[in-house]
Amino acid sequence: MQFALLIYHSPEEFAMRKNDYSDPHLGAWRAYYKALVEAGVYVGANALEVPETGTTVRLREGKRSVQDGPFAETKEQLAGLIILELPSIDAALEWAARCPGASIGAVEVRPLAPEAMRRGFTG
Amino acid sequence: MNGINQEDTHRIIERVARESYGRLVAYLSANTRDVASAEDALSSALVAALTTWPRDGVPQNPEAWLLTAARHSFIDHLRHRQVAEASEPTLLLLRENSAEMTLSAEFPDERLKLLFVCAHPAIDSAMHTPLMLQTVLGLDAVRIAHAFLVSPTTMGQRLVRAKTKIRDGGIQFEVPQERELPQRLDAVLEAIYAAFGIGWDDMAGVDQRGRDLSEEAIWLGRVLLQLMPREAEVRGLLALMLHCEARRRTRRGPDGRYIPLSEQDSQQWSMPLIEEAEGHLAEAASRGRTGRFQLEAAIQSVHAERARSGRTEWTAVVLFYEQLIRISPTLGTRTGYAAAVAEANGPEAGLAVLDGIDPDDVSVYQPYWAVRAHLLQRLGKTPEAGDAFDRAIGLAEDPAVRQFLLQRRG
Repeated sequence: MQFALLIYHSPEEFAMRKNDYSDPHLGAWRAYYKALVEAGVYVGANALEVPETGTTVRLREGKRSVQDGPFAETKEQLAGLIILELPSIDAALEWAARCPGASIGAVEVRPLAPEAMRRGFTG
Repeated sequence: MNGINQEDTHRIIERVARESYGRLVAYLSANTRDVASAEDALSSALVAALTTWPRDGVPQNPEAWLLTAARHSFIDHLRHRQVAEASEPTLLLLRENSAEMTLSAEFPDERLKLLFVCAHPAIDSAMHTPLMLQTVLGLDAVRIAHAFLVSPTTMGQRLVRAKTKIRDGGIQFEVPQERELPQRLDAVLEAIYAAFGIGWDDMAGVDQRGRDLSEEAIWLGRVLLQLMPREAEVRGLLALMLHCEARRRTRRGPDGRYIPLSEQDSQQWSMPLIEEAEGHLAEAASRGRTGRFQLEAAIQSVHAERARSGRTEWTAVVLFYEQLIRISPTLGTRTGYAAAVAEANGPEAGLAVLDGIDPDDVSVYQPYWAVRAHLLQRLGKTPEAGDAFDRAIGLAEDPAVRQFLLQRRG
């Protein structure tokens, strides 16, 4: 079954993002991805830009409302997600614990909705 | 008992609870097999103690007080349940036993039976350790859940299910017969060791499972030794845990940095713990029945010797590992063996041992990759070493270990 690891970063961790390939923080992430792929559990992943770049849209009674910034003003913000194919939630929690994001921010593990339902959404 | 303030009373209750918890739960559940109700009864008794003791003073025999209070609540509970189930025998059984017991504060120590119940083959082996921690030591499900990386709700449900199985599944509260004792005892030792959680700490491969519970595991090891003083492997396990515990402080630098065994300051190791471990190991050896835990303790004993001699006798470590692999060819043992062979006979020899392990078995086994990276680096095979380092870094859970490996990788 498939699980999403939702990676939440603190502002400090967003600030640590660099494009410097010798950076140890980046090295830890790269190694983590490698381990996921080599273990044969990796389905897909992506990282998001910093929360300040977000714009939130709502439609209420036909009126548009557009807001600068992310959906919710919380200290830790969604920074990316990883989809894994794993036999159990126990295995998913183990991978979450190994995620470099878990030692600074937080990692939420959530099962993907059943495939039939996902197909309903995506056609 | 006047003059004792509330804080002291709370501390006394905490201490009595810690020391007596398992004895009381074991005693209350031995005849009924109803561990969950015994625990509930004991919690009510502890709550009662928290309200009455600060007011009336701590009773002469706190354990007997708790037992009486717990028994009342237990009998009430069983009465309610049995009215519903319309059967009386358990209740009668409990009442008979309690009548003879009120005469003296002494009551039989049934903890050994409880330990064997927790590690019973009919119970899912993943639940052996959590059950022991909860029923013998009184740890709550949340703390156990954290250590075992399971959600607290799930851990709670699994514990409830396991206790229901003990109650309804015909699992007897008994010490196994001679014939099946070795195997059954092994499950108990295994469960205690799982709580200790340090698989092996030669390289930067640290098995994290249960890492916050080492004190509790040593406590359980001591309880078991008290109950089975003649079993060599019980001493072996305690010696193993004490040897590892002796080095706990030196495994981290003042800045929180990870320090591998080879770089630890052996003068900072705890000599009293090492001596205690050595005592147990010698006593175990005199019984002439070697086993997995004695061999693992013997390996740690060779490492401890460095505090006296300043060097590690790697050929001795290799010999102990060879015996250990014959009894217990786990991934941890084989990886540890490879690391020891590399120290004794060079990195190529160590690498050859690692190559003998099926790659499918190690895809998520961090210590294997840590050792492999280290050996490849020593051989100057930089690109291969880099790949192995990445695997070890990617599989590491402890940020300090990750940092250490990132630095080594360069």
